[in-house]
Amino acid sequence: MRTNDNVVIHPQSDSTLSAKQLEDNFADIHPPLTDTTVGIEADRCYYCYDAPCTAACPTSIDIPLFIRQIYTKDTSGAAKTILDSNIMGGMCARVCPTENLCEGDCVRNTHEDKPVAIGLLQRYATDSVQSTGKQLFERQADTGKKIAVVGAGPAGMACAHQLSMLGNSVTVFEDKNKAGGLNEYGIAAYKTVDDFAQKEIQYIMDLGGIEIKTGMALGRDLTLGNLQKDFDAVFLAVGLAGVRALDLENECADGIQDAVDYISVLRQSDDLKNLSVGDNVVVIGGGMTAIDIAVQSKRLGAKRVAIIYRRGPDEMGASDVERKFAQTNGVDIHFWSKISQIVTNNNAVSEIVIEETKLAEGELKGTGKMHTMQTDSLFKAVGQLLDNEVDGINQLQCDRAKIVVDINRRTSSEGVWAGGDCIDNGYDLVVAAVEDGKIAARDIHQSING
Amino acid sequence: MADLTTNFLGIQSPNPFWLASAPPTDKAYNVERAFEAGWGGVVWKTLGVNPPVVNVNGPRYSSKLSNERRVIGFNNIELISDRSFETNIREIEQVKKNWPDRVIIGSAMFPMEEKYWLELIPEMEKAGVDGFELNFGCPHGMSERGMGSAVGQVPEYVRLCTEFCKKATSLPVIVKLTPNVTNVVPIAEAALEGKADAVSLINTINSIMGVDLDTFNMYPNTGGMGSHGGYCGEAVKPIALNMVAEIARNKKTSGLPISGIGGISSWKDAVEFITLGSTTVQVCTAAMVYGFRIVDELKSGLSGFLDEKGIASVNDLVGRAVPSVTDWKNLNLNHIDKAVIDQDACIKCGRCHIACEDTSHQAITKEKDGVRFFEVIEEECVGCNLCVSVCPVENCITMVAQTEGVDLRTGKPIVNTHSDWTTHPNNPAKVS
Repeated sequence: MRTNDNVVIHPQSDSTLSAKQLEDNFADIHPPLTDTTVGIEADRCYYCYDAPCTAACPTSIDIPLFIRQIYTKDTSGAAKTILDSNIMGGMCARVCPTENLCEGDCVRNTHEDKPVAIGLLQRYATDSVQSTGKQLFERQADTGKKIAVVGAGPAGMACAHQLSMLGNSVTVFEDKNKAGGLNEYGIAAYKTVDDFAQKEIQYIMDLGGIEIKTGMALGRDLTLGNLQKDFDAVFLAVGLAGVRALDLENECADGIQDAVDYISVLRQSDDLKNLSVGDNVVVIGGGMTAIDIAVQSKRLGAKRVAIIYRRGPDEMGASDVERKFAQTNGVDIHFWSKISQIVTNNNAVSEIVIEETKLAEGELKGTGKMHTMQTDSLFKAVGQLLDNEVDGINQLQCDRAKIVVDINRRTSSEGVWAGGDCIDNGYDLVVAAVEDGKIAARDIHQSING
Repeated sequence: MADLTTNFLGIQSPNPFWLASAPPTDKAYNVERAFEAGWGGVVWKTLGVNPPVVNVNGPRYSSKLSNERRVIGFNNIELISDRSFETNIREIEQVKKNWPDRVIIGSAMFPMEEKYWLELIPEMEKAGVDGFELNFGCPHGMSERGMGSAVGQVPEYVRLCTEFCKKATSLPVIVKLTPNVTNVVPIAEAALEGKADAVSLINTINSIMGVDLDTFNMYPNTGGMGSHGGYCGEAVKPIALNMVAEIARNKKTSGLPISGIGGISSWKDAVEFITLGSTTVQVCTAAMVYGFRIVDELKSGLSGFLDEKGIASVNDLVGRAVPSVTDWKNLNLNHIDKAVIDQDACIKCGRCHIACEDTSHQAITKEKDGVRFFEVIEEECVGCNLCVSVCPVENCITMVAQTEGVDLRTGKPIVNTHSDWTTHPNNPAKVS
């Protein structure tokens, strides 16, 4: 497997990275398989019966089938197999923690400790269709039904695509300027290069039957009541707009920001050289967002990047592969540590105080052992929250800050479905959001077309 | 260190590995390189009458590749030597002088008229060949002109041409057989009747490698039009082994020396050919794919094998497996094998289950207590070996002979006596 060898993670102390170094640092971290390597890799698939990889995929892609199609050079057939189950199969091939999903359950792990590179094979197939723009789907006869989708992220767009295929008309309302949700604003840049998120959206839009209205937010420009009145059904895919706080004094000091906000700025930046990056960066959290902001900071040229996580490596939300990726990128991960104080100088963070933690009778406790860490940039990546203050959502039954849905993604309100990060689907993953959208769409279609 | 020297028809060879009559033995340059690399002998590329044949100026070869682009099968439409008879004779003479301890067999393909054989065979003998191989196998081009496999497919022609050659020389004569026949045994018998000293087999199998799906032209082709070629390489080995064994176990031809050919690419393949009755083996495709250096692996592997088995020489290995080949009617119907899956080795791919479930005897489970679990159901297993054949893990599934108790499938006691079709009650022609 080829990797990007040009990454610069230890810049000279008083220099900033050159444009070339930045370009290398933010190039594709997993360059795609070539026509030669794809055949060899596809040949490694055992074409398992009732395959464990498929069972491990939240969207149940028939993985042995699509790999066999690649093997027999039916690449377009392979792409159809993937996209039938997961219209965002291209993005999922890039961002899925495959080591915990399909590749984690590959029988080759037992045989030789090296799974088939399912993610890269999936990318090969979907990219081949994406690059030609060949439309593999067509819409069924018009049902005359209209559905409102709130949020143009993976759940919303997957739902819209499925609904449109079934013959319904879909209007997608999106708060931001661009569709894509976290695919566009939230994922580390080197995981999805060349504006891939927008290309995937365009592929979905090329099916027809879908209209996206940007700059429209629920609670500000729209109410759930009106949507229910104007449309035959509503699918909420609003994500998690709120960010958890540290609940510490000085939390609003200069140099402190939400990781998701900075990642969004980074993803939308035309020139990474214009982005400011701290010398001593500290990230609080243990999930994928923490890893993404830490590694991207390092690759932007930060001298020292530390992640502060209150528990051990096994409890991290980020996968082992992600954690090791951060560590090999020069990120220092402090386990069993929590931030207990923010010290400021001229209203800017200058230092943090860290307390070691331990488990005592199953409960996480501070040990009282403290040390300080010089800090000029502090990122909060301690999780996002459903903004349930929003009018509309607060009428729905929620549990632990997520919208409650049934197996078909129906909410407590008649005619309203929900999916993606705003419900509790057991994952915080693109692939799970796509599955929500797909399941909800099928149920909506059946329900309104009787 | 085992003795690799072989005596085939009185011809001494430092090892049993010869290069077959084919492009690798086309001229002095190649053969010199082969001998430097360590090959025991060569069958020089087939000589014909003047004027020499001409070859196409397009693809002569094509291959069946694995996805990793490893050559599995190989096909060619090259004709016999396209150089003059005299040029070849001159080169044979020189190379033989340079390498007196190596074998050079002269391969010949002349029209079916005695005069050619009486004139040309002595010329080759004078050049110093150790013996002759009569090319009655080439299946393309030459066969259209009444030679090669056109001769090899008709027992009477084989006998006749062999006689022509035997009349012209006192050196050993090997008849090379074509596999493009329904039964190779009568052809071998005809060669024997013509006083052949040995047979060599197999030559290549008629083949078309594929079709270009954009142009709908078969390939390989010469500017759009193609002609069938001869197929060889690893893929043909099982066919060749069977033909060798058929000749070795046939009453009339048993004892007729054999030079085995057909997809030999490792020392193991060579051992298989030798144990089924060959004294020497001939290699072409493996050399064309990897170069002459493969002879190092062939020699070292064979020598190591003989040492490990405590067998003194290659000659002691010849024909060791022939007694194990018989007609189906003689197979012991009382013998019972059952598949056994080693659960520690099983990777749970489920291929044994689906193969058995869909296409065989529904004798392998897919789960136990709600989890993937593949186990043989002895009550259903007929011992067919399909699961062993499809399992990706070596030795994970094995066939175990049942020697006592009851066969759970039939409910009948397992007996250790022999009983076969010849006496079976269902056989209308049974021996009473």
